[in-house]
Amino acid sequence: MSTALLIEQLLNGLQLGVMLFLMAAGLTLIFGVMGLINLAHGSLYMVGAFACATVAAATGSFWIGLAASLAAAALAGAIVEILVIRRLYERDHLDQVLATFALILIFSEGTRWLFGSFPLYLDIPPLLQGAVPLPGGGQYQLYRLAIIGVGVVVAVGLYLMIARTRLGMRIRAGESDREMIAALGIDISTLYTVVFALGAGMAGLAGALVGALQSVQVGMGEPVLILAFVVIVIGGIGSIKGALFGAILVGVVDTMGRFLLPQALLFMLPPSQAALVGGALASMLIYIVMALILAFRPRGLFAAHS
Amino acid sequence: MKLIAAGIFSAALALSSTALAEPVKIGIITTLSGGGAGLGIDVRDAFVLAVEQSGNEEIELVIEDDGQKPELAVQIAEKMIQSDQVDLMTGIIWSNLAMAVVPNTVAQDIIYLSPNAGPSALAGANCHPNYFNVAYQNDNFHEAMGQYAAQNYKNTFILAPNYPAGKDSLTGFKRFYTGELAGEIYTQVGQTDYAAEIAQIRASGADSVFFFLPGGMGIAFMKQYAQSGVDIPVMGPGFSFSQDVLPAVGDAALGVKNSASWSKDLDNEANKRFVEAFEAEFGRLPSVYAAQSWDTANLILSALSKASVKDKEAFRAALKEADFESVRGEFSFNNNNHPVQNIYVREVIKEGDVLTNRIIGTAFEDHSDAYAKDCPM
Repeated sequence: MSTALLIEQLLNGLQLGVMLFLMAAGLTLIFGVMGLINLAHGSLYMVGAFACATVAAATGSFWIGLAASLAAAALAGAIVEILVIRRLYERDHLDQVLATFALILIFSEGTRWLFGSFPLYLDIPPLLQGAVPLPGGGQYQLYRLAIIGVGVVVAVGLYLMIARTRLGMRIRAGESDREMIAALGIDISTLYTVVFALGAGMAGLAGALVGALQSVQVGMGEPVLILAFVVIVIGGIGSIKGALFGAILVGVVDTMGRFLLPQALLFMLPPSQAALVGGALASMLIYIVMALILAFRPRGLFAAHS
Repeated sequence: MKLIAAGIFSAALALSSTALAEPVKIGIITTLSGGGAGLGIDVRDAFVLAVEQSGNEEIELVIEDDGQKPELAVQIAEKMIQSDQVDLMTGIIWSNLAMAVVPNTVAQDIIYLSPNAGPSALAGANCHPNYFNVAYQNDNFHEAMGQYAAQNYKNTFILAPNYPAGKDSLTGFKRFYTGELAGEIYTQVGQTDYAAEIAQIRASGADSVFFFLPGGMGIAFMKQYAQSGVDIPVMGPGFSFSQDVLPAVGDAALGVKNSASWSKDLDNEANKRFVEAFEAEFGRLPSVYAAQSWDTANLILSALSKASVKDKEAFRAALKEADFESVRGEFSFNNNNHPVQNIYVREVIKEGDVLTNRIIGTAFEDHSDAYAKDCPM
């Protein structure tokens, strides 16, 4: 195993983590501010990917598609918040889970109705094709580096927005005491719509970025959603910082597990068995990590307020 | 004399009209919603079209969506048997759904014809006279790629998802592959990012890659593989290069060798008629699933013209004769009611703007499966 391969795999883990962060940040923000469990977050990811693929195919430009994905997902988020989610804030988590699960089904069948059952095509833009050299003689794909870059920019932007702007102040206030900021004359329902649209926009961006790497198809959001939930549980529900650390931890642990576990087992088992057992263990690894973290820190690494 | 001739004629007419005009109910359980719907829609469309073209108006189809969920498929099957009282059943795409539905269905003396799934558990010791597989045994396409790799490569890297069909795939490949293995990886089911695996392939020094990743997994793998700039040749079973996924993979698939029992350019009359009719009706090229479903419908039609569906014994015998014009050319049933057919090596090409496959060779002639010897039939 060379250094170059190791560095490449670490970057792969980081890239997966950054992508999970874009999903988890919105999820945890919505939970932190509104106390809502949104299972339909994966559908907004799918909306972003479909919007990007459709617009990119029509205009020939990935970048217009990317802008469209942000706009479409944020708009879909705002509409869903106003029509459905708004009625759920006062209800308990079971009702929220049921209603947002229904939204998954509506989004999935609606998307099929509009776009058909066959997966769509989306390629990475010519500007980001190719690879850059790594120390140690390896190469790394430029597009994946760009995803890491986007993740860093979004993380910094989100931090600045929450720490330095009026909107961020209101979001923090909403997290600590909802009734009080409403009493102070802040239009809480607009704030909720904005926060929901912001989370949706980030999910849509993630969907579009990842759509160029994999297939744009109905149901693409749900596997990512499960990982995003693991991330926010590890990071501490409601904490953006927790989402960032949790996402990178999950991304790196998952990638390195898939890479190293089968090789480690080669010392004990014949190759075919090592691949089988190693693969099975690797798929459990992040859940084992989650269980361990919860055993020692039941509220996650960066527990937000109760 | 005249009277006798007329009598015989009218008797023959009466006989043939009962054979034709007898109402038949066929239950189709397939996947019409969710991520795997593309396959089910092709199966449904081809079946309905074949029945329409036969002009047989006594066939009634009961079509239901299983959503790719085994528990739902089981409920639908129960409903079709109990309240719809179907005579025959078909349509299931996925092996796990077939395993949930087929054993119980054939045990209730309903004949089931598989247009796609062919799990090994139903091909060997647990074969059943009421179960006909018109598609393939699951290992077949992988075995063909193993045969092709054995002839062309020495050091192949293989990967598949960690679930029964994935293990069957690599087992099938290794059954005929004689070279070295540069590496063997089992990925997670539903995995969409293959950067870690591709980095290992690059570092392994392999001279070729064999992968089985059905549905969206294969699309993701192929795109990422092409984007990564690794230029080791790739091959796989035809599922990842079928007409339903090729547009989503894009040019990344060009030149990839893959195996299937059918291809659009297969040179026989039945196939030409099928491709033409399908394209005219639906405005898209048929996939291998559509071809298998078309054959399933035509097999049923051929048996209906010979025997009454109510006479199970005679109907089973009529099915087993496989006396229909298959779009795959030569087609017959083995002792375990699974196909004996050619498996071809295909290459992905571009016809104008459309990605499709053409046949470049035959991996196996009259190929059956490794489990037939365990079947007591």
